[in-house]
Amino acid sequence: MIPAEHYVILSALLFVVGGVGFLVRRNVLITLMSIEVMLNASNLALVAFNRSRLAHVATSSYVVQSHTGQVFAFFIIAAEAAEVAVGLAIVLAFYRLRRTVRSDEADLLKN
Amino acid sequence: MNTAGTIYFYACALFALAGALGVVASKNPIRGAMGLLLLILSVAGLFLALHAQFLAAIQLIVYAGAIIILFLFVIMLLGPSASTPSDRRGIAARVFGGGLFGIAGLAALWAVVSAAMASHRAMPMPAPDDSFGGIDAFGSVLFADALVPFELSSGLLMVAVLGAMAVARGRQGQKSMSKNEQEVADSAFPVEKARELPGQTTGVFSHEIPAETPKESAS
Repeated sequence: MIPAEHYVILSALLFVVGGVGFLVRRNVLITLMSIEVMLNASNLALVAFNRSRLAHVATSSYVVQSHTGQVFAFFIIAAEAAEVAVGLAIVLAFYRLRRTVRSDEADLLKN
Repeated sequence: MNTAGTIYFYACALFALAGALGVVASKNPIRGAMGLLLLILSVAGLFLALHAQFLAAIQLIVYAGAIIILFLFVIMLLGPSASTPSDRRGIAARVFGGGLFGIAGLAALWAVVSAAMASHRAMPMPAPDDSFGGIDAFGSVLFADALVPFELSSGLLMVAVLGAMAVARGRQGQKSMSKNEQEVADSAFPVEKARELPGQTTGVFSHEIPAETPKESAS
């Protein structure tokens, strides 16, 4: 049985990789994908912590083990789908305006 | 069984890290999307190992089935301009910021790991019920304890779809940019403007390019 710490360490590594990509890359599409990497890493940590804490809880219907981390991960997936839909629409609008997807070309409000 | 589980975990972890590095390092966004797909499949495999079967299925359906496809649609819609040429302006600031974030993150990870190793207290891994992570148990929690957030998330998705349509559609029936925006866009991409000048061609359309007459070679 792999201890839960290994999953958490892997999640931290994935988060760092995604964060560095978000800060370093200037292609807006790659930036969005880096956000996806970071959110996946957080999902992995949530599910690993949930696997490690399995207290029985009574819902209104019957007694099950706690699924709090998995429910959090579920909502993160839903929020992320919304984020990608809006983000890619903004990328398309930005491309129509400036004919590029470089994020440092988004300077209409500069000066 | 134990060694098989270990090999499974390390294979999935390796693929996940390779996918994440592929996203971050890829020149071509299509390759980035493929790296993201690899990461998502590996994370779904790790969810299976963590007794989160329902989440693994959701991960495959939503990420691999919807989000990656959406990324690929947009990349192909943008065509060759989806991959930006490399540009070294401001690279020092970016690398400094990214390196600072990376070093801080790795240092925090190292500090936590060394403290955990020193305390000799492992995270508990109790045996889960058979139903743990399955759709029955997950749904009974989701629709009892998390019913209000669930309904709110449906509202969020609805608003996101409407907002995405409104933003991506632009303004129909009129010029899609104001005059000021058009000037800025033209200065950034002057080919459209240059086509309007008479007698000049840009080489974009083949019928505008004058046919080359072969030079007479003095033989």
